[in-house]
Amino acid sequence: MSLLHTDHLQAFYGDFQALYGITLTVEEGETVALIGANGAGKSTFLKALTGLVKHGGGAVHFAGESIGRLQAHQILARGIALVPEGRRLFPSLSVEENLLMGGYAKRPGPWTVKRVYALFPALEPHAKRPGTALSGGQQQMVAIGRALMSNPRLLLCDELSLGLAPIIIRDIYAALPAIKQEGTSVMVVEQDTSQALKVSDRVYCFQEGRVSLTGRPADLTRAQIAQAYFGV
Amino acid sequence: MRAKLLSPKAFQIYGLALLVVLMVVAASQPWWARRYTEQWTTEFLYTLALAQAWNLLAGYGGLLSVGQQAFIGVGAYMVVALGLLAGWNPFLTIPVAGLVCVVLAIPMAALLFRLKGANFAVGTWVAAEVLRLLVSNIDAVNGGSGISITPTLIGMPIWWRMSETLWIALALGVGGMAMVYGLLRTRLGLALTAVRDSEPAAASLGVSVSRMKWAVYLVAALWAGMTGALIFITKLRVAPDAAFSIDWMTTTFFVTVIGGIGTVEGPLIGTAVFFALRALLADYGSWYLIALGLVAIIFMLFIPQGIAGVLKTLTGSNLFPTQRHAPKVAS
Amino acid sequence: MADWINTILQGILTGGLYALLAAGLSLAFGVMRVINIAHGDFAVLAGFIAIALNQWLGLTPVESLLVAMPLMAALGYVLQRFVLNRALGNDVMRPLMITFGFSIIIQNLLLQGFSADSRSLYAGSFSTASFQFGGQIAAGYLPLTMMLSAVVILAGLQQIFSRTMLGRAFRAASDDPEIVRLMGVDNRHVYGIAMGLALAMVAVAGVFLVMQTTVAPTDGPVHLLYAFESVIIGGLGSLWGTLLGGVILGVAQALGDKFDPGIGTLVGHLTFLFVLAVKPNGLFPKTKDR
Repeated sequence: MSLLHTDHLQAFYGDFQALYGITLTVEEGETVALIGANGAGKSTFLKALTGLVKHGGGAVHFAGESIGRLQAHQILARGIALVPEGRRLFPSLSVEENLLMGGYAKRPGPWTVKRVYALFPALEPHAKRPGTALSGGQQQMVAIGRALMSNPRLLLCDELSLGLAPIIIRDIYAALPAIKQEGTSVMVVEQDTSQALKVSDRVYCFQEGRVSLTGRPADLTRAQIAQAYFGV
Repeated sequence: MRAKLLSPKAFQIYGLALLVVLMVVAASQPWWARRYTEQWTTEFLYTLALAQAWNLLAGYGGLLSVGQQAFIGVGAYMVVALGLLAGWNPFLTIPVAGLVCVVLAIPMAALLFRLKGANFAVGTWVAAEVLRLLVSNIDAVNGGSGISITPTLIGMPIWWRMSETLWIALALGVGGMAMVYGLLRTRLGLALTAVRDSEPAAASLGVSVSRMKWAVYLVAALWAGMTGALIFITKLRVAPDAAFSIDWMTTTFFVTVIGGIGTVEGPLIGTAVFFALRALLADYGSWYLIALGLVAIIFMLFIPQGIAGVLKTLTGSNLFPTQRHAPKVAS
Repeated sequence: MADWINTILQGILTGGLYALLAAGLSLAFGVMRVINIAHGDFAVLAGFIAIALNQWLGLTPVESLLVAMPLMAALGYVLQRFVLNRALGNDVMRPLMITFGFSIIIQNLLLQGFSADSRSLYAGSFSTASFQFGGQIAAGYLPLTMMLSAVVILAGLQQIFSRTMLGRAFRAASDDPEIVRLMGVDNRHVYGIAMGLALAMVAVAGVFLVMQTTVAPTDGPVHLLYAFESVIIGGLGSLWGTLLGGVILGVAQALGDKFDPGIGTLVGHLTFLFVLAVKPNGLFPKTKDR
């Protein structure tokens, strides 16, 4: 049984349809990348999975349970956490409080504030500072740590590399193996295709709210990806 | 698209025709109606005028004032100051009352615009209270106990007084609608709707958000001031507690919210509903007001677009098409 | 001289009552970004509940307070969870108008149940006796208790905000109501708790209010304005600023009434407008506008 399986998932913003039936699976322990151009529906898909956007049809199964009708906080409690696009740290909370906030649901598991600091040693000296006072890369680390604090079975990462220098992106992705070691499956959304192909076991390419291509990175050619990405 | 009850065009034509008939019926009342009916119509029209001014302010300008009674009260006291104390014809005080309110609104806006959103709302209430308390301490107008303005009307035939009151109320009520409609069809109106729909977006298009807000605040003050003067000419007695009462706002909110805020016809529809409910329930005293409160809450929860909004989904159009579609929330 | 000191002292202590009222308003605004127009009416409602319990069931003022507090907290939770939560969003008008509706309903229910008469809660010698500081300077036990309660309650609230998961959830929900749900927070429930807490504090203020003075069913809005002014004078979101805002307002009113009985309220309002003119963000600004 797959960890996550969506079946013809649709989503709307008012009258505007953003997703036209996404069917996708994530197996236990897998890293899946979603790639695609701006506006292809990747972020909307993550919001639909986490309950921030209501579904307009289709089904979502997580660990065998239908979670399509659940509220955002109930979905988190089942073990899906999101690192949102643009970090979205709580500005009036310190770094440590942001992390503690991630543990609000008290899901049992290995992650603690201490372990997050061990994963991202750059954060500990800033524990008491407001999260938003940190550099972009460090903020991204806080956002990942905050999501990990809920001990997710599936971690969704939206545009981790957005606005960050390549060397910092490398540092952040370097944390991925340690996260997966805890048995967490990962889904990354990236516009940076090469980064996505490097870290993932499988790729889904989104185009205008549909899956235009899927496969293992090794099996896909550049031409195929360009075709699926731009639709040309 | 669901089937429409009426075509948009037919809806607008029937609606406007009905409106013209109603105006003629109202304006001709001095020649055929009973005094009681005339009074009722006058009250209907000034309620509409107040609602329309607030509709412009809150519905289009996004300025949630809870303190328009400041201008109603000042308008009323201009009748006292100019009519009673200076001996003017009371009806002549009405435009002056409006202008005085505009002048007064300038420092008030300068101060209150420092507060945003809901804080602005409560701030306007404080300002109205300040004016009430100040007036209550002026001995020349009999302080808090109030003063009769009957002497200003002595010698004026009652038919003429009532007719004039009715026609001015008609000018303020229907004129208020025309004013809002006209304003919204100008460049200012387009800018206003842009500001209402998204302040940052409007600002990025070069619309001066703050100038819009000033304009709307001053126009609403003008209208409330003139209407306040007229109201208290009909009441014959002015006291601070009545003139600066929050009850004016209660009625205004109810009328605008039920009718449909941010539409030109909403306040008219709301006023009609309000007067119908009052006729039905006024004997129940407190329970009537409790019912009004409940109805307002139910509308805000389930029909925030008001009756005008419901009519629009049924006919596909507004009577006065100025309203823009609410922006779709996309994130 | 002692006369003036007493006036100022009395004003300072009244500030405690205003701060209690203001803290609830500020909490609801801070977390939900809603200004509860019925805030003062809830205080009056709590006061009248205490009066009713005292007169009909023979409860002491303290017992009445202990009953009124959880009642008001439950009412706050229910109204937030099942009414106000449905109207949250970018449009501040809907919650504002709904709380305005609450205000009308509460006032008229009280008028229906208690008539328009002003009432107070008789607390025996506690209401009248005062503590002598010497040199003719004295302060009533009741005002002293009010101030003490305000300080204790504000300190408690401060601790909740800075040390508990609930407090962090309040702040996080205020910062970003969407993302906080991704932390597993049921924001509708958290908002309910915030309003419950706010009305519990309002209950304390309301019971003190009817012990200190006579109150009519329609007096709520006045107290809303005092609470609001305290919050803005102090600076939005700053708890101790709110206490100081209440004290400044209380002193201004007391001094005003000392000059000319009856103008205290006006002087208080003018003080608020003055602060707004010179320090629009209050004396101790903390949170930013969102």
